[in-house]
Amino acid sequence: MARTLIHAPTTARKGEVIEIRTLIAHPMETGYRAGADGRTLPRDIIRRFACRYNGEVVFSADLYPAISANPYFAFYVVADASGSLVFTWEGDNGFAQTESATITVS
Amino acid sequence: MTVRGVAAVVVAWLLAGAGAFAQTAPDAKRSGFDTMSPRIQAMQRDDLQNPGMLWVADGEVLWNKIFGISFSCAHCHGDAKKSMRGVAAHYPDWDKTDGKPVDLVQRINLCRTRHQLVLPLPPESVEMLGLEAYVAHQSRGMPLAPSTARELDAPRERGRQLYEQRIGQLNLSCALCHDKLPGHVLAGATIPQGHVNGYPTYRLEWQGLGSLQRRIRNCLSGVRAEPPPFNSTEMVELELYLAQRSAGLTVETPAVRP
Repeated sequence: MARTLIHAPTTARKGEVIEIRTLIAHPMETGYRAGADGRTLPRDIIRRFACRYNGEVVFSADLYPAISANPYFAFYVVADASGSLVFTWEGDNGFAQTESATITVS
Repeated sequence: MTVRGVAAVVVAWLLAGAGAFAQTAPDAKRSGFDTMSPRIQAMQRDDLQNPGMLWVADGEVLWNKIFGISFSCAHCHGDAKKSMRGVAAHYPDWDKTDGKPVDLVQRINLCRTRHQLVLPLPPESVEMLGLEAYVAHQSRGMPLAPSTARELDAPRERGRQLYEQRIGQLNLSCALCHDKLPGHVLAGATIPQGHVNGYPTYRLEWQGLGSLQRRIRNCLSGVRAEPPPFNSTEMVELELYLAQRSAGLTVETPAVRP
């Protein structure tokens, strides 16, 4: 499991625009670099990130080899109902990670 | 203007001059943070953008982890937020048992081999960087205050000589760039004063966290010299001098650098 840091407010007013920020530990190996033995290191990147708010995708991104290690995402969501925010990262070599946060909207 | 008026102006000028001097003296030391672009500064300031915090979070888990059949760091040291506050700011320090100077990494490994009875962690391993970053992070915001143990004077002096020694095929010393030419540009990058107040540091060039020893070895290969091995006597002596040289600067661990 990769280490993640997530910042999402736990409470919000209905209709409020909230900022969500995520950071995940990942080498994002491009597939173009040579290793110490001169051989090309196989590509190992996260290919897709998505955030679901009560099951609905509210933000997603495709990632490519030029994106640096430990990718950071910051985005805004309108808080319209209490529930869950589920974050998923998927990538090469079967990489898959899911984290979640709950939010109470009043 | 009366004589008294002139005297007052002169006194005021002298006071202003003294004030300006008092202000510029500490300014002479500038953290690498000050010469970075605002975007990288913002990355360091915000704990959620600073990738070094991933290692700090790992370190916190390791701090509380029981190694082998023995006990965790927390069993003896308790809450690192209290017990480790300010500790990293005075390393390297003198180890009475072995009678030699040790840096923070070596201290953590001595704790492992003497008390936890487990193998030392290899240099630059994820676990060692995590623990080092976690311990050093507890001193963030405090001034670097190198140990004043008398035994450290001789090794620190040897470190200063290494710092000023021309070395490698390019025949450069650390002092040539970092004392004489900071602010100038080398291969498109601004030469910093080379202070050690943010280690272990997340370097964008490395795409990861690295220790001061990694940074020094990096610089030494740059001047085409043979870098001393990790944890060698020369390395610790150099670290001792560098800590003295950066004394008073605020600890930034984990710093972000280009």
